[in-house]
Amino acid sequence: MSPPGSLQFCVRLLRRQLVLAVRRPIEIGNPLLFFAMVVALFPLGLGPAPDQLAGFAPGILWIIALLSNLLTSDAVFRSDFEDGSLEQLLLAPQPLFISVLAYIGAHWLITGLLLALVSPVFALMLNLPGSAVGTLVLSLLLGSGVLSLVGCIGAALTVGLKRGGMLISLLVLPLYMPVLIFGSAAVKAAVTGAAAGPYLAILGAMLCLAIALSPLAIAAGLRISIDA
Amino acid sequence: MWSFFHKLGSPPWLYSISGVILRWLLPITLVALAVGLTWGLLFTVPDFRQGNSYRIIYIHVPAAVVALAGYYVMAIAGAINLIWKMKMADVAMKSAAPVGAALTFVALLTGAIWGKPTWGTWWVWDARITSMLILLFLYLGVIALYEAFDNKEAAGKACAVLCLVGMVNIPIIYKSVDWWYSLHQPASIKFTGDSSIDTSMLYPLLLTIAAFYALFTCCLLMNMRAELLQRGARTSWVKKLALAGKST
Repeated sequence: MSPPGSLQFCVRLLRRQLVLAVRRPIEIGNPLLFFAMVVALFPLGLGPAPDQLAGFAPGILWIIALLSNLLTSDAVFRSDFEDGSLEQLLLAPQPLFISVLAYIGAHWLITGLLLALVSPVFALMLNLPGSAVGTLVLSLLLGSGVLSLVGCIGAALTVGLKRGGMLISLLVLPLYMPVLIFGSAAVKAAVTGAAAGPYLAILGAMLCLAIALSPLAIAAGLRISIDA
Repeated sequence: MWSFFHKLGSPPWLYSISGVILRWLLPITLVALAVGLTWGLLFTVPDFRQGNSYRIIYIHVPAAVVALAGYYVMAIAGAINLIWKMKMADVAMKSAAPVGAALTFVALLTGAIWGKPTWGTWWVWDARITSMLILLFLYLGVIALYEAFDNKEAAGKACAVLCLVGMVNIPIIYKSVDWWYSLHQPASIKFTGDSSIDTSMLYPLLLTIAAFYALFTCCLLMNMRAELLQRGARTSWVKKLALAGKST
């Protein structure tokens, strides 16, 4: 039997990651619960005045999406690192560049995509104008892809470390900032009725750049972590 | 030329040559700093609008310029370490991080001190200030990652990857924050204003910038020498140095 081609291999890996996730539904539910709870913190902390909340809503929603992405990205490679399957992946004939895309894809499907799809509910709770909800979902779809790609760089670099949790936020948060800026700017533009298209286009460009470059960094990071 | 390249990989050679460089560069740096700062802080004309408070420019601008350049030094050293696996590049990268972080902090601090009399506030979320703050975080991230690894070879490589990723980020941050800021408020605050700086202020500024570059080089070399001694603590050349009681 010949080894599967790299694309086929990638699809199989993706399916494996998704099956693993579906078998532990709480892992999928946790980021959503986190999102809901942190949304509930803001009216308590900032006061429940609807107008005020509506003004902050784009930034609040984007920051929470960013944080839940950050918290979940720590675990992307960890269990596979601990049971040794990551080492097998490095030895496999398929290029690591392609196989890490499967990990990132699974992470994005489980956190980014789901969060983007449920975000309209939280947007309404925070009194975000209905006209901006579409832009919010679109910006989260594009932006969370970049967040997953960048977050996985941090995960790959810290996977071998015992106390990686706090460190990964130090490494990754500065890299998240441009995404936050453009993501929330797109939603704010939609709220005021200005064109959100340019911001979304820049998010899309960041996504293209991140897809092209970050698997290289992730692959290098994984090799370093396995060697260490 | 290639023998020079190979010699760079030898800790004792690098240690002795950096000692020779420092013996000349350190006094030059101190003199340039002293002359530049006295000239700038005491003998230039006061600014038309800002009076004497603008004089902090002679510390602020050089620190900011060299802090940015330092990141590139660190990232390029990291890349050399990744590509050619040169240990000395790793030493340079590790040694550049704290110096760069310190300069970034000085730039932010002097900026805040300058901001109080000029803008009436310590801190503004202006494009350049925010990007400098992110630069500080990037430096601190590299230092923290290096310290987290027990295996120092892996630490060097991991930090090199992080430096390179951060280097992609710097221009993006710079541009994006510009956009983001201009959306909310007109760009009313600028560091130097529209008018180009007068030559009587420019010359001391150029001198202090050059002096800060030299200062960065001196600190980098001294850090590297300490690191070389630490790494080679069990080697014969360090033992020989220690027994001879020589410092260069």
